[in-house]
Amino acid sequence: MTDERDSRSSQPVPQIVPNPSAAYVPDPGPPAADAAPSAIRDFLRKRGSGSLADNSFATVMLLCACSIFAIVLFIFGILVIHSRPSLVQFGWKFFTRQAWDPVSGDFGALPFIFGTLATSLLALCMAVPLALGVAVFLTELCPRPLRAPISFLTELLAAIPSVVYGLWAVFVLVPIMRDVLGPFLVKTLGWTGLFDGPNFGVGLLTASIILAIMVLPIISSLTRDIMTAVPNSQREAVLALGATRWEMIRIGVLRNSRIGIVGAIMLGLGRALGETMAVTMVIGNHPNISKSLFAPANTLASVIAGEFSEATGDLYLSALIEIGLALFLVTIVVNAIARLMVWAVTRNAPARVH
Amino acid sequence: MDFQSKSMRMNNARRTATNYFISGLSILATVIVILPLIAILFYLIYKGASSLNLAFFTHIPAPVGQEGGGMANSIVGSGIILLVASLMGVPIGIAAGVYLAEFGRGRALATAIRFTADVLNGVPSIVMGISIYSLIVVQQKHFSALAGGVALAIMMVPTITRTTEEMLATVPHAIREAALGLGVPKWRTAISVSLRTASPGIITGCMLAFARVAGETAPLLFTALGNQFWSFKLNEPIAALPLQIYVYAISPYDEWHRLAWAGALVLIVMIMVSVTLVRIFANRGVLKGGS
Repeated sequence: MTDERDSRSSQPVPQIVPNPSAAYVPDPGPPAADAAPSAIRDFLRKRGSGSLADNSFATVMLLCACSIFAIVLFIFGILVIHSRPSLVQFGWKFFTRQAWDPVSGDFGALPFIFGTLATSLLALCMAVPLALGVAVFLTELCPRPLRAPISFLTELLAAIPSVVYGLWAVFVLVPIMRDVLGPFLVKTLGWTGLFDGPNFGVGLLTASIILAIMVLPIISSLTRDIMTAVPNSQREAVLALGATRWEMIRIGVLRNSRIGIVGAIMLGLGRALGETMAVTMVIGNHPNISKSLFAPANTLASVIAGEFSEATGDLYLSALIEIGLALFLVTIVVNAIARLMVWAVTRNAPARVH
Repeated sequence: MDFQSKSMRMNNARRTATNYFISGLSILATVIVILPLIAILFYLIYKGASSLNLAFFTHIPAPVGQEGGGMANSIVGSGIILLVASLMGVPIGIAAGVYLAEFGRGRALATAIRFTADVLNGVPSIVMGISIYSLIVVQQKHFSALAGGVALAIMMVPTITRTTEEMLATVPHAIREAALGLGVPKWRTAISVSLRTASPGIITGCMLAFARVAGETAPLLFTALGNQFWSFKLNEPIAALPLQIYVYAISPYDEWHRLAWAGALVLIVMIMVSVTLVRIFANRGVLKGGS
């Protein structure tokens, strides 16, 4: 999504090489800063023409830009400080223990890690083929007049707030899961053992479906950027060899943008890992590891959202903040790797016309 | 054709069939993707439109069990929090973008800031919420609209920084050079020439960030907390539209569910209007053509 900066501004200024064979003329040198008192120079300096004004303005801008670093460091620092009781008590085993008992002060984040990974991976399994299909359709197959409206619609999906997705999921998706989709899945795929247990409509599968809908627009819009970044010469070369349209897409475009598409998928994963509100409303809120996709569960983000306001005692609160710290670090790492991949592919790309 | 063997003809038929099959699959994928969007919009209008009346926009929620009531305090509260957030986030974001585009071009620091801003955009909003909780709410020992505003502001800054930088980068160099050649100092060039030229784009970037944080709930859960009554003070908990939608949606009362649908419809309409305006004004005003 970033286009590399114009290289013209970073080219070196051509140096003037003195001609050694010219007659010697003493170089007058640059004009001294306070040479002769000049009314014009004073007037201009008062109006802000001097280096003082330029430098102080640049410094102010630099400070504001460094605020971004400050925000990241501040979040990290304050999360570490406030999760100290839990860090001291449980250490690294916090992330491998399965207990979550606020009454006796026994905390372990493994059920939430399971819930987060299960919902995110399931959501990606559903979202990635659809997102790639949409991206392929919009970049290669779509007739030009339809391109703007359909791409606008898919980006509208990204603009819908998380609570609205959650609201719709609670009142529309959960009854569908409970009454229609659940029995259908049990009938057709019940032999896999993934659909055992009672089906209340809320659970891992419903959360994964709503997460897939939310993650789709990100993956598809980034994939479209990446596919547009592939130069047309690649497409034309493959077509010249006699390929069908799908073969041209597969060989000329998708093969060249594999790294970027992986990056886009990882960005979707990053979004899925941190998604809070919609998941909290439909996941059942039970710290539980289970094979069944109908079982209620909890994710790292939804346990914070659900239990933070009721957390009594320092250890409970600091355990939740430690979960927040883990979530912060994981999403930063995933996002950083993903952004590097996407940047590597779209570095010299033409900007996308909406 | 005579010069094609039978296996070549079968191969070509297979390739053509695969081509049509994949084209059909991608059209199917697009339809499947658009379906939930239409379903959500349809349900919002179907369930929410009937509850939108004047009382919705002027009354606070009624006690549980009573008919009527509205979400006026949430709408006003959202406005207050967003105002506080914008007052903090927009200047810092634009200043950071000006630095990245005008003064820091080509430097490693600028690349690092750009990368960090992109990564910060992906941090879950609940993490911002609990860090502002730990910073402000714990120190002040009460929830407040100010804390909510700060949480939303730190979410706005990276988005506004990136869009400002990208918009300033589209300003042709010739204009800057003309101003510098006339003796305009660099800081004044940045403000009066570059910013003014890119201002429609920068405003749309701010609107995008605004629309994004307007729908955020998680940062407000533990900072602004929500309020059942009117509140205009920055030091008290305050209601916000997405926050109240969440609270009403998970409650067991039908009356509150009705309010949640109507509130969601209002929120969606506001966000979609902003997104559509962004789309319309995205390319207006920026000087087209190269330098």
